[in-house]
Amino acid sequence: MLRGRDVLSILDFSREELEELFAETDRVRSNPAAYAGALSGFIMSTAFFEPSTRTRLSFQSAMLRLGGSYIDLGELERSSVAKGENFADTIRMLDSYADVIVVRHRLEGAARYAAEIAEAPVINAGDGRKHHPTQAMLDLYTVRSAKGRVDGLTYGVLGDLRFGRAAASFILALSKYRPRKVYLVSPPLLRARPEVLEVLEKAGVSYEEVSDLDSVLPELDVLYVTRVQKERFPDPAEYEKVKGSYAVTSKSLARAKEDLVVMHPLPRVDEIAFDVDRTRHAYYFEQAKLGVWVRMALLKLILKG
Amino acid sequence: MEDRLIVRKIRNGTVIDHIPAGRSLDVLKILGISGREGATVALVMNVESKKLGRKDIVKIEDRFLKPEEVDKIALIAPTATINIVRDYQVVEKRRVSVPEEIVGILRCVNPLCVSNSPREPITPRIIVVSRQPLKLRCAYCDEEFGEEALSQLVSQ
Repeated sequence: MLRGRDVLSILDFSREELEELFAETDRVRSNPAAYAGALSGFIMSTAFFEPSTRTRLSFQSAMLRLGGSYIDLGELERSSVAKGENFADTIRMLDSYADVIVVRHRLEGAARYAAEIAEAPVINAGDGRKHHPTQAMLDLYTVRSAKGRVDGLTYGVLGDLRFGRAAASFILALSKYRPRKVYLVSPPLLRARPEVLEVLEKAGVSYEEVSDLDSVLPELDVLYVTRVQKERFPDPAEYEKVKGSYAVTSKSLARAKEDLVVMHPLPRVDEIAFDVDRTRHAYYFEQAKLGVWVRMALLKLILKG
Repeated sequence: MEDRLIVRKIRNGTVIDHIPAGRSLDVLKILGISGREGATVALVMNVESKKLGRKDIVKIEDRFLKPEEVDKIALIAPTATINIVRDYQVVEKRRVSVPEEIVGILRCVNPLCVSNSPREPITPRIIVVSRQPLKLRCAYCDEEFGEEALSQLVSQ
């Protein structure tokens, strides 16, 4: 079902397709040796027009673990982009060099535009404030892995829901499932965008926007924390108003359920205190680790079925 | 029929009827008509209409509309009808309709959208999510917006 597919928005994938991906991820994870040569001879291109460490390295690691190889556009200052080449030409060039193109861009819709240009499948590794579909896939897989299911749980999504693409993509991803309830926890300035809320409404997901975590914390099974996206604030004064407006500490988690899972797409700044790392709730490093398995499964399904 | 008597019939050209009251100046702007072109143009504003209550009418002598002009008028005046006149007779009567996808006419309102990048050879594509009220979505960045985008049509 996924062979040859572009991965542009989590909304483009049905629940069945996501389940297919997760089943493949289970297989890869339980027997990685069997997949060591699965993509031998295939080349992935990573084209990151915006800084990234985790996502880029996780894709590269996934490809190498499958026996494939990758080429990287590299630092923009040292690439043809610095000479003035436009995005369309860069994508056209990469299309002739690689079997799959992984794109991150500051401009929204860049991955969809790349997919129009390229014959090879394009994977959106983040575009502006909008989409980060593979992050959403690995987030769902993490919940499934930690809790055994995605349905029927109570979620809190805390932080920058307005500018943060990981948070927005996770919320959109939950619309494919049947959560018991989703609490959208943020300062009023960072509330989720109307089109994101509309997706939840259309899917019949019960949600509530709240400003304070404490009041809803005891109900939560999963707490998804995100960073304030300083780089996406059009007005620095607005950023100053909300920076550091929420922080999860081991003390603040005292009233949480025993088995609350705390997730974060990383990198974190000050929204999760380091002392949370030592609690049973911390799941964000595991989440990052699972990202490699999910991306292995995704690359394998896209390139070979 | 009384409104037809306010200005004389045209011999050849286009009559745009059933324009929502007050929108006829916007229609002229979309058509790039400033009055300095030399063509005879008649404008009737706020006349009674059975269908609309009040409406505007524009009559343009010796001018026939291009499909993209009709699409633009459909967005700003979705109730409009376009009558083609030849030798004082209406030879064709068309209703305008808002298309399912608007290609190359409107730009996405999101300044961060790739389709607004000046160095990319990209044609803006906007999906019509709903007609009443008008709700549009950029095919590239998924930004949703409404009638506020239409001000572009009359400012170009």
